[in-house]
Amino acid sequence: MKRSSFYFKMVTGALLRKRSRMLVALLAIAVGATIVSGLMTIYYDIPRQLTRELRSYGANMVVTPADGTKLTYEEIETIRALLPAENTVGTAPYRYETVTLNSQPVTAAGTQMNEAAATSPYWNISGEWAADDSSIMLGSKVAQLVNAKVGQNVELEADNGAGEGVKNTYTVSGIVETGGSEENFIFMTDTALDSFMGDTDSFDTLECSISLQGDELSGLAERINSSSDRVNARLVKRVTESEGTVLTKLQALILIVTIVIIVLTMISVATTMTAVVTERRREIGLKKAIGASNREITTEFLGQGIFLGVCGGILGVVLGFLFAQYVSNSVFFRSVSFIWGLVPVTILSSVAVTAVACLIPMRSATNIDPALVLKGE
Amino acid sequence: MADKSKSVTAQDNEDILVLEGVSKIYGELKALNNVDLKVKKGEWVAIMGPSGSGKSTMMNIIGGMDKASEGRVILDGMDITKESAKSLTNIRRDKIGLIFQQFHMVNYLTAVENVMVAQYYHSMPDEEEALQALDRVGLKERAKHYPSQLSGGEQQRVCIARALINYPKILLADEPTGNLDETNENVVVEIFRQLHNEGSTIIVVTHDPEVAAVAERTIVLEHGRITKNIINHNDYSKPINLRDYEGLSDEMLLGKG
Ligand SMILES: Nc1ncnc2c1ncn2[C@@H]1O[C@H](COP(=O)(O)OP(=O)(O)OP(=O)(O)O)[C@@H](O)[C@H]1O
Ligand SMILES: [Mg+2]
Repeated sequence: MKRSSFYFKMVTGALLRKRSRMLVALLAIAVGATIVSGLMTIYYDIPRQLTRELRSYGANMVVTPADGTKLTYEEIETIRALLPAENTVGTAPYRYETVTLNSQPVTAAGTQMNEAAATSPYWNISGEWAADDSSIMLGSKVAQLVNAKVGQNVELEADNGAGEGVKNTYTVSGIVETGGSEENFIFMTDTALDSFMGDTDSFDTLECSISLQGDELSGLAERINSSSDRVNARLVKRVTESEGTVLTKLQALILIVTIVIIVLTMISVATTMTAVVTERRREIGLKKAIGASNREITTEFLGQGIFLGVCGGILGVVLGFLFAQYVSNSVFFRSVSFIWGLVPVTILSSVAVTAVACLIPMRSATNIDPALVLKGE
Repeated sequence: MADKSKSVTAQDNEDILVLEGVSKIYGELKALNNVDLKVKKGEWVAIMGPSGSGKSTMMNIIGGMDKASEGRVILDGMDITKESAKSLTNIRRDKIGLIFQQFHMVNYLTAVENVMVAQYYHSMPDEEEALQALDRVGLKERAKHYPSQLSGGEQQRVCIARALINYPKILLADEPTGNLDETNENVVVEIFRQLHNEGSTIIVVTHDPEVAAVAERTIVLEHGRITKNIINHNDYSKPINLRDYEGLSDEMLLGKG
């Protein structure tokens, strides 16, 4: 029999012998590893989760043309091509023109309705989104002012680019409530506003909703800015900063909880292993009496610790993922993805935690006096 | 008797163990008080004495598990009183075979594995050899049994096999038959006889006058001092039956010497 396989036999034999104690230690490690790996999964997933979640609060980046100019359709597409597709929630171009409704001057916004719906999911529409060029939506303040209802026809007048008066009749498809200044606007499709004004390529802004955070987002803005002198991308500070703060605080909270749990696990494992050493005093004394060095005694203990750490770690990886999945489903209503990198991290850290927890018991094991075996305790 | 002790001194080079003025002091108490002792290679020595007289203390010091407060202990030509704890571990491993009253088996290992533990700490576990060792104490059939499945006598025989497995220079047994019935006591003593005939050095502490009488020489300890050194004349050519032995009488042991 090889030395190593006899070693393995002794390590596992001792573990199985003190089954109930070892189960306590294993449970402590598994619970610790479960919560830690679960929290780590959430920790890494939170930005992804919450960034999407927070995107319902509107655009976090706005691209505008250089002073006194307009953005063309072509430029809009160029900018869109620069955005990472998988993180782009929506990009809504806006053209603003002053029109007259019932002799009242109001701002008409022309946009692509599906993109506006994506960037501004918080808009509350009574009725329908304007689906075609003959429909418009009124901001709730405008609707109140002119006393217009959904389904009614309204007539818009304006001076077009050539200085001529134009007018056209539209059907009100919906009333827009946002709780913001959008309630003072009229919304129509970009093509409807273009044909009303008699020209194209006159967008004032491109509002983007991107599910990125911090440096990644500002990096993206810089890339857009350096791509052309004609455009200026900036972050909507109010939105991005509060998102960042929320994420940082959540992650800090998770880190603190993780540390507390690691410490608790260590205490629990150390307590159990100390009890094991006390119970096995005679056996350890005997082994020393027949010639086991302190090093060999330590190695046996460490072997048990590592064995427990690996088993607890593997349990922790599996249960931790289920735990993270459960938390994510019930809190964020979406599932987490399995992070393979966490497998070695969890197992190694539970081995490390167990090994550290075994240090004190190991010391007391090496301090056991071999003479005690003749004392007939 | 005097002749015999003289001959021991005469053949100094054959002494496997020499104690010179060894004392062990616990505060006020002298558990061992200036003990001188020589044990020849291949000798079979029994140590008797009342409880608390220092027998286990002496065994611990000889076996390198404890340190003498004063004096020298020369084991196999080496003064072990000067050795570090680490090298004492090596000495125990390489030179000493230990047998205890409480058997002390590792209870999650089988009989043969308990023998292999000693091989493991010494060099390499060798199941074949461990089985042979069990065979010679008559336990080959029980090799795969756990301590809880063995009787006290069987456990003690496993411990003897374990003590012998690394060919120790000296076998130290502290009341090896203290927890055994007569039959098993006889079995153990018979194993000692065979080992003695093969040339093993044996020191056995016992409370049993017959077990003491079977040895070549019996030493009596009282209050940490050697008070008697009795030579027994035994025939080791045939198996021992303890009933044939008249235990050393109390007069012999404790009488005015
Ligand atoms: N660690 C210690 N500290 C203090 N006193 C001790 C210690 N170990 C032993 N003694 C004392 O030393 C004396 C000798 O003890 P020892 O164990 O050698 O006796 P013994 O002859 O083996 O007795 P028994 O026949 O009961 O086994 C006893 O009085 C004991 O109380
Ligand atoms: Mg004793």
